[in-house]
Amino acid sequence: MKNIWMITLTAAILLGCDNGKELPTTKGVYMLLDTSGTYTQELVKAQHLINFTLAKLSPGDTFAVARVDTASFSEKDIIAKVTFDDRPSIANRQKRQFREKIDAFVKEVKPSGYTDITGGLLQAIEYLNEAGVGKKTALIFSDLKEELKEGYIRDIPLQLGGFSVVALNVTKLRSDNIDPREYMDRLQMWEEKVTSGEGTWRVVNDMERLESIILN
Amino acid sequence: MSFTEILLLWSESAAISAIVWVVLLVTLTYLAREPMHSMITSMSSLMQSAFQQTSTSLAGVEKHLSQRNMEVLIAEGREASEHDIEREFDRIQKIVRDDLAEYPSLHRKINDVITRLDEDYKQSADVPPEAPGWAKAVDAVAKISPNKSDPMVGQILESIRNSMEKNHEGTLEEYRQSSRERHMLLKKMLPSWRSMDGDIKQVDQDVNALMERTKIVDRQMEHYEQIIGETDTAKKTLSSSSLTQFFVAGFVLAIAIGGAAINFNLIARPMQEMVGGSSSMMGYKVADIAALVIILVEVAMGLFLMESLRITRLFPVIGAMKDTMRLRMVVITFSILFMLASVEAGLAYMREILAQDDAALRASLLNSAEVMTAASGMSERWITTAAQMGMGFILPFALVFVAIPLESFIHSSRTVLGIAAAALLRTASFVFALLANGAHYFGLVLKSVYDLFIFLPLWVETKIKGSTSKKATNATTKDKHGFTPQEVSS
Repeated sequence: MKNIWMITLTAAILLGCDNGKELPTTKGVYMLLDTSGTYTQELVKAQHLINFTLAKLSPGDTFAVARVDTASFSEKDIIAKVTFDDRPSIANRQKRQFREKIDAFVKEVKPSGYTDITGGLLQAIEYLNEAGVGKKTALIFSDLKEELKEGYIRDIPLQLGGFSVVALNVTKLRSDNIDPREYMDRLQMWEEKVTSGEGTWRVVNDMERLESIILN
Repeated sequence: MSFTEILLLWSESAAISAIVWVVLLVTLTYLAREPMHSMITSMSSLMQSAFQQTSTSLAGVEKHLSQRNMEVLIAEGREASEHDIEREFDRIQKIVRDDLAEYPSLHRKINDVITRLDEDYKQSADVPPEAPGWAKAVDAVAKISPNKSDPMVGQILESIRNSMEKNHEGTLEEYRQSSRERHMLLKKMLPSWRSMDGDIKQVDQDVNALMERTKIVDRQMEHYEQIIGETDTAKKTLSSSSLTQFFVAGFVLAIAIGGAAINFNLIARPMQEMVGGSSSMMGYKVADIAALVIILVEVAMGLFLMESLRITRLFPVIGAMKDTMRLRMVVITFSILFMLASVEAGLAYMREILAQDDAALRASLLNSAEVMTAASGMSERWITTAAQMGMGFILPFALVFVAIPLESFIHSSRTVLGIAAAALLRTASFVFALLANGAHYFGLVLKSVYDLFIFLPLWVETKIKGSTSKKATNATTKDKHGFTPQEVSS
């Protein structure tokens, strides 16, 4: 009887350690797709990126893709979201379903008038924090030119502690070509915004390097 | 106060001030010579004695450990030797039981054959035909001198000759007949001879095998006696054997660990389907832990199986069980192993299905030529599937045999670790002895260096002491009149 109590106690201590100290090892990726103006033409690239990300994520990871439109701080803008099942076979099925949703979206997408990137980021923060993942990554597939509709307030400090924010395919606008300082200032502004919120900032225009970002 | 100010304390001239300082320091150092020497001697003695004591203690521990190692080595060697002798006696018992137990019947058989041969031999004896009784009469008639004038005698003799010839032919025929029969009897004896020859050869072989075994037992008994007598030869042999065992068992265990790693890789991925792929415990994936536990359970079952079969002797409790209980344990452990092997084969199959599904998904997602090529070659993958399933089934049984090198490794590692610890202690003892000597000579060197700094006053002191002692010697050697022995003699 004494032995049984000892075993139970040991098991309880081990489980207690597991629940109390273990940090989640899963990854969470939230991808924002810019659908404003001519940038919708870049969405085919985004589609490849999403497929690539799907291929690299493992069971237990979380992935969501949301569009950036006039008012992006909304669950309605989430095109597809999933937390992959623990079992690899089910996770593969979920990945196939996810891809189908994205394919359908890319076919039917209509350009939005405004670009609310900050709202999208706020939504990403909320979603990934709620998902309780270990490593949080927000991918912004955009030219980073934010255009807010009148009356929308987005001058809000971002709480990005533990987040990696990666800007992907930051294309140069016509005005950037006339004055490259605009492009640099834009990148600088976003970097400050992210780092002041305790997040890490990175710009990746070469898609080949995305693998290391997602895996690490 | 700076160094320059201190230096120029005695004079504006640096040289003069330095000389004053040197003289002062030398004088003070000279005055403090004896207490300083005493302090250096005490310090070096203290260090020397501490190091020496440590060295002696370590040497004592090393000696004790070596002795204990030897005791363990002898005990293990004795046990192994007893085990070998016991096994040899078992073999002898088997020979006696299986082969020599049939000896009475074999003896009877040989006796029967000999009796039959004897009878046949007697029957085949050559008996010469007896000469007819009237041969003497014929002989007497034959001595009668032939007379041509008496034809009667000639006729009688002719008649006798004819009768003799007829009789001779009959006797000869009879003799031939009896000889043929004898030859037939002798021919009939041939299989019996061969059978007896075979039987005797069999007996010879059995006896020779027994003799060989007894020679082996003799050698082992001799070895056992050497171990009991704790001879140097036995100690060297046991020590060398233990080291060899350690390295050989270690090598085989390394191979087994490689096998276990392959086994682990076979089942870790599909295990995610059972326990989930993202949950973790103490930093490790639960699926990996589960796969490892399955392999360890297989190894444990293998150990119990080997123990129940009395191939290894790691658990005396199992070895001491009744035969029926051991047999039950053999059946139970083998059944569990068989079930686990079947589970592993199933998991290996699942692994292949998952790999194919992953490849297909990646092909459809990435759409790259390389991945598509890899996915298109899946039709031939039944070979790898079968190979994986086979490995999944066989490896658990292969791991059963880990018990044998493990036992050798555990037994020999005690000796090897003991030898290594003794060598370490011996080295440490030597180093401390060296340090003790070093401390002693360091004290002497330090005193010499100190004296070197004050060589001038020491030289003066020596001179003064020299002249004083000379005077004292002269004074002691003069007689009461004030003359030295030389003056007296002159």
